[in-house]
Amino acid sequence: MESARVFPAREKLRAGIIPASVCVSKPAPPVSIRKTEWREMSGRSAILTSMLFDAAAASTACLLALAGCAREKTPDDASVKQPAVAITPMAGRSNGGAPAEAADDGQWTMAAKNYASTRFSALNQINTGNAANLKLAWTFSLDANRGQEAAPIVVNNTMYVITPFPNVVYALDLTKPGAPMKWSYKPKPALSSQGVACCDVVNRGVSYADGKIVFNTLDDHTIAIDANTGKEIWNTKVGDINQGESLTMSPLIVKNKVLVGNSGGEFGIRGWLTALDLGSGKIAWRAYHTGPDKDVLIGPKFKEFYAQDRQPDLGVKTWPGETWKIGGAGMWGWISYDPDLNLIYYGTANPGPWNPDQRPGDNKWSSTIFARDVDTGEAAWAYQMSPHDLHDYDGVNENILLDLPIGGRTRKVLLHPDRNGYLYTIDRTNGEVISADPFGYITTSSGVDPKTGRMKVVEEKDPHVGEVVRDICPASPGAKDWQPSAFSPVTGLIYIPHQNLCQSSESVEANYIAGTPFVGMNVKMYPGPGGNRGFYDAWDPVARRKVFSIKENFPVWSGTVVTAGNVAFYGTMEGWFKAVDARNGQLLWQFKTGSGIIGQPIVYRGPDGKEYVAVLSGVGGWAGAIVAGALDPRDSGIALGFGNAMRDLPAATNRGGMLYVFALP
Amino acid sequence: MKSRAALLLLVPLLTQSASPSVAAAGQRELKVCADPNNLPFSNAKGEGFENKIAELLASDLHAKLTYVWWAQHRGFVRNTMSAGLCDVFIGVPSSFERTRPTIPYYRSTYVFVTRKGGPRVSTFDDPILRKVTIGVQIVGDDGAETPPAHALTNRGIVKNQRGFTLYGDYSKPNPPARIMEAVARGDVDVAVVWGPLAGYFATREGVPLRIKPVSPQIDLPYLPFVFDISMGVRKGEDALREELNSFITRRAPEIGKILDAYGVPRVGYGQGGTAS
Repeated sequence: MESARVFPAREKLRAGIIPASVCVSKPAPPVSIRKTEWREMSGRSAILTSMLFDAAAASTACLLALAGCAREKTPDDASVKQPAVAITPMAGRSNGGAPAEAADDGQWTMAAKNYASTRFSALNQINTGNAANLKLAWTFSLDANRGQEAAPIVVNNTMYVITPFPNVVYALDLTKPGAPMKWSYKPKPALSSQGVACCDVVNRGVSYADGKIVFNTLDDHTIAIDANTGKEIWNTKVGDINQGESLTMSPLIVKNKVLVGNSGGEFGIRGWLTALDLGSGKIAWRAYHTGPDKDVLIGPKFKEFYAQDRQPDLGVKTWPGETWKIGGAGMWGWISYDPDLNLIYYGTANPGPWNPDQRPGDNKWSSTIFARDVDTGEAAWAYQMSPHDLHDYDGVNENILLDLPIGGRTRKVLLHPDRNGYLYTIDRTNGEVISADPFGYITTSSGVDPKTGRMKVVEEKDPHVGEVVRDICPASPGAKDWQPSAFSPVTGLIYIPHQNLCQSSESVEANYIAGTPFVGMNVKMYPGPGGNRGFYDAWDPVARRKVFSIKENFPVWSGTVVTAGNVAFYGTMEGWFKAVDARNGQLLWQFKTGSGIIGQPIVYRGPDGKEYVAVLSGVGGWAGAIVAGALDPRDSGIALGFGNAMRDLPAATNRGGMLYVFALP
Repeated sequence: MKSRAALLLLVPLLTQSASPSVAAAGQRELKVCADPNNLPFSNAKGEGFENKIAELLASDLHAKLTYVWWAQHRGFVRNTMSAGLCDVFIGVPSSFERTRPTIPYYRSTYVFVTRKGGPRVSTFDDPILRKVTIGVQIVGDDGAETPPAHALTNRGIVKNQRGFTLYGDYSKPNPPARIMEAVARGDVDVAVVWGPLAGYFATREGVPLRIKPVSPQIDLPYLPFVFDISMGVRKGEDALREELNSFITRRAPEIGKILDAYGVPRVGYGQGGTAS
C-alpha cells in the first residue's frame, strides 16, 4: 500500500554512489563458456572473478556493489578503484568469523549460509544460460511425513539433514555415488511432546562448528553430535515441554556459543534466547524477552534509540499485573551476527497467551528485534515492530546484514521483512529505523512513524470476540512468515518468498481443550488482492522498490537461495522446484517434486567440483497443515483459519518427505 | 488431589493404542480417545467421570473398552480421531464442528468459585469484581479465551485478572486444577471456572469452597457461559452416533448419577433454562 510509506522521500544519491538497482535494470548476457572454462582452469580463487565478469557484463555499476564483498584482488577487478559501496562485508565469511579464503568454499555450514544471513552462493557453474539443463542427481527418503522446513547443510563432503519430529539426523556421504548414508542419529524425543506442546512439529535445520553437528529437538533438547561418527557429545535440556515450551528453530553457532530460542507463546511460555557453551553444552547465559531489565539482560550497555523506550523495566511496566510472566515472546526464527560489532540480531515472537484486551500496553519485548553482545547476552538496543500486537505478527523473521549506500554514505543496516508487512531497514549499530516500506498488502496499519519508529495502527482492524472485522491484511501468518529471504551482491537485490493473505474474524466459535469449552473468533483467511496466495519478489533495498514479483497460487512457504550465476531457487506448495533469473524473475527451469516444498534450498560444490542444488520436499507447516495433518477441508476453522485459504491444497499435493539434489549433466 | 500428590511423569501416549487384536476374537472394541491426566474428566487410572461413562457405554454396547491417550490440547482431534486412532470422544461441546456430536447429555455452566466467607458473586456485573483479584482460565493468543475472561475484559475488568492456562504444567496432576488451588490458598479472591472442574475440586481442596453459576448465561451479542456437552464421533459415522444417542437416552439416569457423584453442576433441562 503506497500510502503507508511515511518516510520522507529519500534524498538523491550522490554521484559515484550508484544504487544496486542500476545493475539489474539492464539486461545481462548469460555467462559465456569462456568464463566457465577459465573458472575451472584457475580454480577456486577465480570464482569471484568470474562473478565479477558477469556483473561487469551487466553494468560496471555492479562492480561497485561487489567490491566490498570481494576482499580479494583478482586479475580482473582492476576497474574497481574504490569500494564506494560495500554491500555484505560478511558474505564471504565462513563459520567462526574469520574471512574465508575465497568468496565461497562451496560448503553450507548453517541454514543461512553465513552470519549476514544472505543465503547467497558465489558458485556460478549453474547460470542463467544453462539452468534449463538441470537434472535430478540423486534423492533420499527422509522417512518422515510432516512438514520439511529444514535446510540441509554440507560440510567436509558430507550432507546433514534433520527431519521434523522425531528429529532424526542423517549424514550422507557425498564422495560416493548416490550419497549413501554414513550414519543416522535418532534422539527419540518424548512422543508426548507432540500432544503436550505443539501445533506443529517442524525443525528448521542443524548447524555445524568445530567438528560438531548441533540441533534442537521438539522436546527442548539441544544436542551436539560428532560430525564424523554421529555419536552424542552433549545433550542439554533447555526448556520444559510440560509447560508448553518446544524448540523448532535452527541454532546459530557464534564463536563458542550455541544460540537457541523457545517456541510456544500460545501455551503461556515466557520467551527467551539462551547461549550454550559449544564445548560442554552448559548454559552460558539466558536473556528473557519479558520481565525486569535484569532478566532481559538490559544494563549499562543498552542504548535505546527511541526516547519513549528509554525507561527501566519496560518488560514489566508495559503489561498489566503479572501478565508478563506468561507473556509469550519466544524466539523460533533466525539469528544473524556481525563480527565487527560483536552483536547478534534476532526478533522475538508475538505476545501470548493473553488476548490483546487483557494486556493493555506495549507488551515489551514481544515482536521486537534485539541486538545483543554474543559473549554476555547484554542488549545493545531493541526495536519493537508491533507494539501491543493485535494480529499474531511475530517478529522472528530473518535479519539480513548489509552495508548500504543511504543518504550519501554507507550505513551498516539490517533488512527485516516482517510479518506486519513492512520491509525494515534498520541501522544495526543503534536500532534506528531508516525506512519501513510495505512489501505486502497492509490494512492493519498506515505506516511507521519516522520520528518515533512506531507502527501506526488502524484501530478499526482491532478484532474483538463477537464483532465482525473484515479485511484484516496481512492475515495472522503475516505478509511473510518464517521462510527466509536471500540477498545477492551481484544483483544487489533481496529475494523475498511470501504470502498474500487477508482474514476476517466473524462469528464466535466454540472449541474445547482439557475438557473446557472456550470461544474464539471464527477466523477465515482468504487470498489478498489479485487472488494469488503467494509471491516471490525481488526488492532493491537501496532504491526501496520492487524489481519483479512472481505470482504463485499458494503461499510461497519455502526459503530461497541465490547464486553468482544469477539463478535464484525456491519451491512451491504444489511441489515445483523453480530456478528463476535473479535479474528479472524469468523462469529458467522447474522440476515437480513428490510433495509440496516448504524447505530451504541450498547450493554447494560436490567433491567432483560440480555445483549442486539441494532442497527438501514435504508439505506441512502452518500453511500445509491441511495436508500434513490430514485436516477436514470442510471445517473453515482448521489451522487457526488458515485451512479456509488452503482448501484446494489436498488436491494439489500429498504428504511426503524427500531430499532432492540437482546438478548439470 | 492436591498438587503435593506424586508428580505424574509424562504419560506415554498410545499406551493402549489402537490394537484390535487385544479384543477377543469377535468381541467388539470401543476405542475412546481421552486425556490421561485431566480429572475430573479422565485419567489413565480410569478415575474420571468420562472414564465411568465410557465404561457404562462399553458395557451397554457389549464392547471391550480401550483407550488412546493424548493430552487434550491443540491438535487433539487431528492426532487422535482424525488420524483414525479412536472412534469416540466422551465429552465435546455440542456445537464443536470438528466432530459429529451426539445429542447432548448434560449442560453445565461456568461458575464463580470463592472461599466460604469470601465475596458472594453471582453476576459479571457485580461491582465487587472491580476490587478483588479474579482467576480466569486462559487459552491462547489467537482470539481464543474462556468466555468469562472475555466477559470481564469487555467490562473493563482487566488489571485484576489472574490467568491460569488450561495447558498448565503437564508434569503435574490435572494441570487445569491450579486455579482451584489458587482460590483455596487465597491467591485470588474469586475464580470463574468451568463447572465440572469447579464442582469436583470444590470439595477436595481442604477448605470449603463455594460455587455459584454465573449470570447472565449469555452476554450479548453472543458470548455463552453455558454449554451443552455431547459425545463426539467421526463425521459420517452415523450408525455409531445413533447407537450413542440411544445409549444417552436409555441410560440417562445412570449417566446423571455419575455426574452427580463428581459434583458436575448442571443447568437447564427442566429447570426453566435458568441457572440454579
